[in-house]
Amino acid sequence: MFRYLLKRLAEVIPTLIGITLISFALIRLIPGDPVLLMIGERGASPEVLAEMRSAYGLDKPLPVQYGVFVGNALKGDLGTSITSSRPVSEEFSERFTATLELGVVALILAILIGLPLGVLAAVKRNSLFDYSLMTTSLIGYSMPIFWWGLILILIFSVQLGWTPVAGRMDVMYDVPHWTGFYLLDVWKSTEAWPAFKSAVSHLILPAIALGTIPLATIARMTRSSMLEVLGEDYMRTARAKGLSRTRVIFLHGLRNALVPVITVIGLMAGTIVTGAVLTETIFSWPGIGLWLVDSVRQRDYPVIQSGILLIATIIIVVNLLVDLAYAWANPRLRGK
Amino acid sequence: MAVQAVNTPPLPPTTEAQAATGFKAELKEFWYFFSQNRGAVGGLVIVALFVLVAILAPLLAPYDPTLIHEGVFTQGPAWSMGGSMKHIFGTDDVGRDVFSRLIYGARISMGVGFMVVVFSLSIGTLLGLLAGYVGGWVDTVVMRAMDILMALPSILLAIVVVTILGQNLVNAVIAVGIVVIPGFVRLVRAQVMIEKNRQYVVASGSFGAGPFRQVFVNILPNCMAPVIVQGTLGFSDGILNVAALGFLGLGAKPPTAEWGTMLSDARAFIESAPWLVTLPGLCILIVVLGFNLLGDGLRDALDPRLKK
Repeated sequence: MFRYLLKRLAEVIPTLIGITLISFALIRLIPGDPVLLMIGERGASPEVLAEMRSAYGLDKPLPVQYGVFVGNALKGDLGTSITSSRPVSEEFSERFTATLELGVVALILAILIGLPLGVLAAVKRNSLFDYSLMTTSLIGYSMPIFWWGLILILIFSVQLGWTPVAGRMDVMYDVPHWTGFYLLDVWKSTEAWPAFKSAVSHLILPAIALGTIPLATIARMTRSSMLEVLGEDYMRTARAKGLSRTRVIFLHGLRNALVPVITVIGLMAGTIVTGAVLTETIFSWPGIGLWLVDSVRQRDYPVIQSGILLIATIIIVVNLLVDLAYAWANPRLRGK
Repeated sequence: MAVQAVNTPPLPPTTEAQAATGFKAELKEFWYFFSQNRGAVGGLVIVALFVLVAILAPLLAPYDPTLIHEGVFTQGPAWSMGGSMKHIFGTDDVGRDVFSRLIYGARISMGVGFMVVVFSLSIGTLLGLLAGYVGGWVDTVVMRAMDILMALPSILLAIVVVTILGQNLVNAVIAVGIVVIPGFVRLVRAQVMIEKNRQYVVASGSFGAGPFRQVFVNILPNCMAPVIVQGTLGFSDGILNVAALGFLGLGAKPPTAEWGTMLSDARAFIESAPWLVTLPGLCILIVVLGFNLLGDGLRDALDPRLKK
């Protein structure tokens, strides 16, 4: 296991270096002077321009610039946002909890609904239920979620008036943000219950929109993995021993069928981030996705540069952990 | 296959005529399995329909997609209150005919999907052939580069490319094309690594076939089945991602009748003119679903392991 760990780490390092190169190159590959582009139409005196250039280290030779960039990033200094004048790292951690809360709730919804549906479809193979679930899940899988989010708003916010359309919570509640996860924060508030309801009503539509593609993927994956397991000899043996059908399906079947499903769920970090960019834009959810899109519009290059670096690093680390967990659970893989 | 059989006498002799009937038989077998799959046929019908609409757009659309009809701003569809048959799907906030815009949108989306697939398939296949056939450090470099591309979530990578190149439809296509490349590279590489050690390739090599002949005449045709499947699925990825960029304001520029951009423009009118939101998204969903159904069907029909 230790050797496998070292091997995987050695594979991850070039990828991480590549990511730093991409985000480093980003600001420098843009045609024209990045400093002029950042200032935009406001204009600035030559002294200010020179000052900015040296603040971003753009006046030094490229290899030195790269060294400084990586060195600063390792120290946690990711530059300063031009629009908000706040350190990128500070703003990132604030917004990251918003995205994390949304992503985790979406994934939990997807698992809670997708897993049982997939098992049921496999057990009732070729039934009407199986066909309709597979059709629905293919539609869910093909869903343009930027449209799906708008449709949810149209039905539940505009027509029915059940949910608010934007933000994380009504401003009227005084909630201490000690974790950054509003669903937990509210319990330290004086009006815990109404604040919680407000947070849930803000969260539910974005979570459904973001959870749809994972839900469809999980349902399809569970079904096919379960079908494979149901055909195994040990399932027949378990039945022959006299165990009940339900017991066999859930105890022996599901446990084995879950391995590939869990891997797929673990590797969904990228899908969730992509979905979050779109979902947050629709629901004005103050997470990293909305932040990045706004930064692109406002040409806030330090934010784009460091945001990309941070998100890619998180995804690489998550994927690595999934791989390691998989290898730990499945010794056959380690030898390869 | 026929050319190669003539080159390598030790293999069972096959004449051109037999090879042709062999191909015909294969096609027949493929169609048999494909047509059994109702979803796949449905997907084919959807895709064919949208291709037709895209080609015939100028004939089908009642108006120019950017023509502004004075005095009919956000008019509802024909079946709603205040709608008229002159504008079946109504008009948008500046008085353009929604039906015509949707039809021309099919042209853009199908074109975009096609360009994304051509771009990523050609580059991806070449890199995959290179990595798989040459191996060694070339393989390592190519695959590590693909790891980097895959570490970035698709929309973020596209945002990076669009930030560097500038915001317009062509750059959105390039951005999304780059996102799709790694899929092709990995697929072709894996296939090449299996095929290059097969007897027919080794035999052809011992008769003096050079690397070009080996790669393009002998190996490549036998890697095509999974590439075709991936290419079909690449269409849906391409259409979806370019529309998403359009929605974020990073794709096609406004008067262009692109479905994602139309959705983005319509957001402000979600309460007063819901049809402006509903219709373009529905088009995206149906096209993407069509390509996904078709891709799944092709995979089932082309993969010998899945046949019963």
